[in-house]
Amino acid sequence: MLATIPVLGMVAIFVFLMLRLTPGDPAAVIAGDNANAEQVAQIRAKLGLDEPLVSQFVIWITKMVQGDFGESFFFKKTVAELISQRIEPTLSLALCTLVLAVAIAVPLGVLAAHRHGSWIDRFVMGFSVFGFSIPVFVVGYLLIYVFAIELGLVPVQGYSRIAGGFGSFIERLILPSITLAVIYIALIARITRASVIEILGEDYIRTARAKGLSNRVVLMRHALRNAAVPIITVIGIGIALLIGGVVVTESVYNIPGLGRLVVDAVLARDYPVIQVVILMFSFVYVLINLVIDLAYSFFDPRIRY
Amino acid sequence: MSFSKFVGLAAGAVLAVGASQGIAPSTAQAQTIRAVMHSDLKIIDPIWTTAYIVRNHGYMIYDTLFSVDANQKVHPQMVDKYEISADKLTYTFTLRDGLLWHDGAPVTSEDCISSIKRWGARDTMGQKLMSYVDKLEAVNEKTFKLVLKASYGLVLETLGKPSSNVPFMMPKRVADGNPMEQISDTTGSGPFVFNKDEWKPGEKTVYVKNTKYKPRSEPPSGVAGGKVVKVDRVEWVAIPDGQTAVNALLNGEVDLIEGPKHDLYPVLKKDRNITFFNWNQLGNQYVLRFNHLHPPFNNQKIRQAAMLAIGQEEYLQAVIGDPEFYKVCGAMFVCGSPLADEPKDGILVKPNIEKAKALLKEAGYDGTPAVLMQSTDLDVLTNLAPVAKAQLERIGMKVDMQSMDWQTLVARRTKKDAPAAGGWNAFLTSWVSVDILNPISTAYLNSACDKAPFGWPCDEVMEKMRDEYARETDAAKQKELAAKIQARALEYGTYAWVGQWYGSGVHRKGVIDGWLAAPAPVFWNMTKKGS
Repeated sequence: MLATIPVLGMVAIFVFLMLRLTPGDPAAVIAGDNANAEQVAQIRAKLGLDEPLVSQFVIWITKMVQGDFGESFFFKKTVAELISQRIEPTLSLALCTLVLAVAIAVPLGVLAAHRHGSWIDRFVMGFSVFGFSIPVFVVGYLLIYVFAIELGLVPVQGYSRIAGGFGSFIERLILPSITLAVIYIALIARITRASVIEILGEDYIRTARAKGLSNRVVLMRHALRNAAVPIITVIGIGIALLIGGVVVTESVYNIPGLGRLVVDAVLARDYPVIQVVILMFSFVYVLINLVIDLAYSFFDPRIRY
Repeated sequence: MSFSKFVGLAAGAVLAVGASQGIAPSTAQAQTIRAVMHSDLKIIDPIWTTAYIVRNHGYMIYDTLFSVDANQKVHPQMVDKYEISADKLTYTFTLRDGLLWHDGAPVTSEDCISSIKRWGARDTMGQKLMSYVDKLEAVNEKTFKLVLKASYGLVLETLGKPSSNVPFMMPKRVADGNPMEQISDTTGSGPFVFNKDEWKPGEKTVYVKNTKYKPRSEPPSGVAGGKVVKVDRVEWVAIPDGQTAVNALLNGEVDLIEGPKHDLYPVLKKDRNITFFNWNQLGNQYVLRFNHLHPPFNNQKIRQAAMLAIGQEEYLQAVIGDPEFYKVCGAMFVCGSPLADEPKDGILVKPNIEKAKALLKEAGYDGTPAVLMQSTDLDVLTNLAPVAKAQLERIGMKVDMQSMDWQTLVARRTKKDAPAAGGWNAFLTSWVSVDILNPISTAYLNSACDKAPFGWPCDEVMEKMRDEYARETDAAKQKELAAKIQARALEYGTYAWVGQWYGSGVHRKGVIDGWLAAPAPVFWNMTKKGS
């Protein structure tokens, strides 16, 4: 757990420097077309961007440690307030996608491994290649065209908060989740299949079968449990994929989440927002990988920390 | 902990976060217009920025002393009556009865004086006016005087300026703040009230009808006349992706789009439930801006040669494509406007390659490449720079076209460094026509060297002519002067205008009615059938 501190420290320095080295000036964006150099300089000073880089970093990091995430250059709102408004849609989309992907991909992978070489196996592998190859936004627009515009089953865009009713929440989340889950299903199904095939060749599986255990028990209790470590690892690694996909999916489906917040902030060079959101994504990534590490010992008691 | 338990706990966390947001109950019963604007509202201070979305926000919640009608004629708006002294140095304004701020307090002279001062510190036309103002003083609660040091012909035009920055009136407590800092108090006196609690940047911006608003009795025209609100709420739904916005309109999830992308027009035209409406009838103008500080465009003859290379049709074809939505126009102050004057020699409209080559030779052009900045992320700008490059190369210039996103360009254009050190030589952009209808509001005509906007032209003659125009009070003489200013800009090579283009709003047929043609998209007078 302590190892997360230097990781986040490095990310903070990296993000801060990268933003300052990237071309663009929030003061010029705010000043607009009519401004002269003097006005741009005045706005830059008001935003504190005329301070030396080291001072800017020290001021920012000190405030961060004290729990003050700062204020957006553009919105007259604090970064904490903006994030609190945007976290629910992103968290909902990510979790819904994760649940959907695991619920579909693991059984598919196990089935493909069990029927290794059959048409089911070839179908699953074909779907995996398709899932990897097709861009998220293409899947999104295709699903919108079929299910929202042609069939009128779900709305085209937008997000409905859970507090507004579970029905409308799910109605608006289902297509984005499927869109984002496609690549994730492809990844997990492929790894599950490979791991289970490898385990099915082990001596103890032959022993289990020789003892007369049913296929279901052999697959679920012996094969899948022992194949779980690489699957769990891929689910953890895939979180990065998920974060990247969230940005695109939120744009296609117009979901007001953190992904769109960070895209808007990057386009406007809203440094305080970009810094905190990236740092938060990094923290979540580190945290999830920590959870994954801890989960190893649950699936494989031989692993001890 | 098993994986399934983890997922269960996480889902519970989502539910808890959702519940904690305290979402207001659905307001579906209220008559609500759902509109997709060209951008999300991020900044709420229309004096602090020139961004058009903030100007549009300003029109929702603030009011103005004067406003222009659909023919660009200035009319009183918050002002009931005004008097101009015989020497034309003192303007006395009396506010209408019953003007109230959203918090119920009456609008006073002091509020208006503070608002004019704050706006006058930021806006180009406002700064010009303020340089002529001797004093602004309140006579009583409803009457105030503007006293000039010298005659100024554009007092009412300036106070009725229809586009960024619009002189919106704010309460004194708000307007007295530093003009370089964004306001947070959104109290206005306009026809709508900004619902700050429901404002979720990136999601939606909500305005509700101002029941205390007292509209003028005249019919609405442009942004003048009676601002009668006929719906309960207006929601600006933030949908940055153009295709998604069109899908939402076709599916009935939103009622109108302020300006869909041109390449989506065919999809919209095919749908019988959609109507096009060109609310901005003067359209927009593309311009090529030179950097006057560095070679090659620090040489007047090279700028002239570059202007002779221009053929507008090529630009307009490359970006807009459909002639229904563009106009080749040689007039600096926009075809269709009172000051429009197309040069007879056809400069900028049709290229004169031979003359341009001769001028280039005469100027002693040494082959220095011109760094041309191309913005790649705005559809209405992306294809301009390749056309400029081709046209300049046609006359023998070398062009180094550098591609970047618009915000990088916006930052880089403020740099005075040499092009090799991160500076630039030229870029193209677009102006909304109502911003460039006279020599004072046209920012790129400002030729005051360091005090001019990026490009920094330094032309004393032009500045004297602009001053002369500003002082002139006779409309016919103003028009003559405007023509001379245009001729001077072409001679000096201040900047080049490379064609007019038009966008169109779209809305659901039979659902939305009463959308007004105006310098900005406005929501008063608009009706909606159904909730």
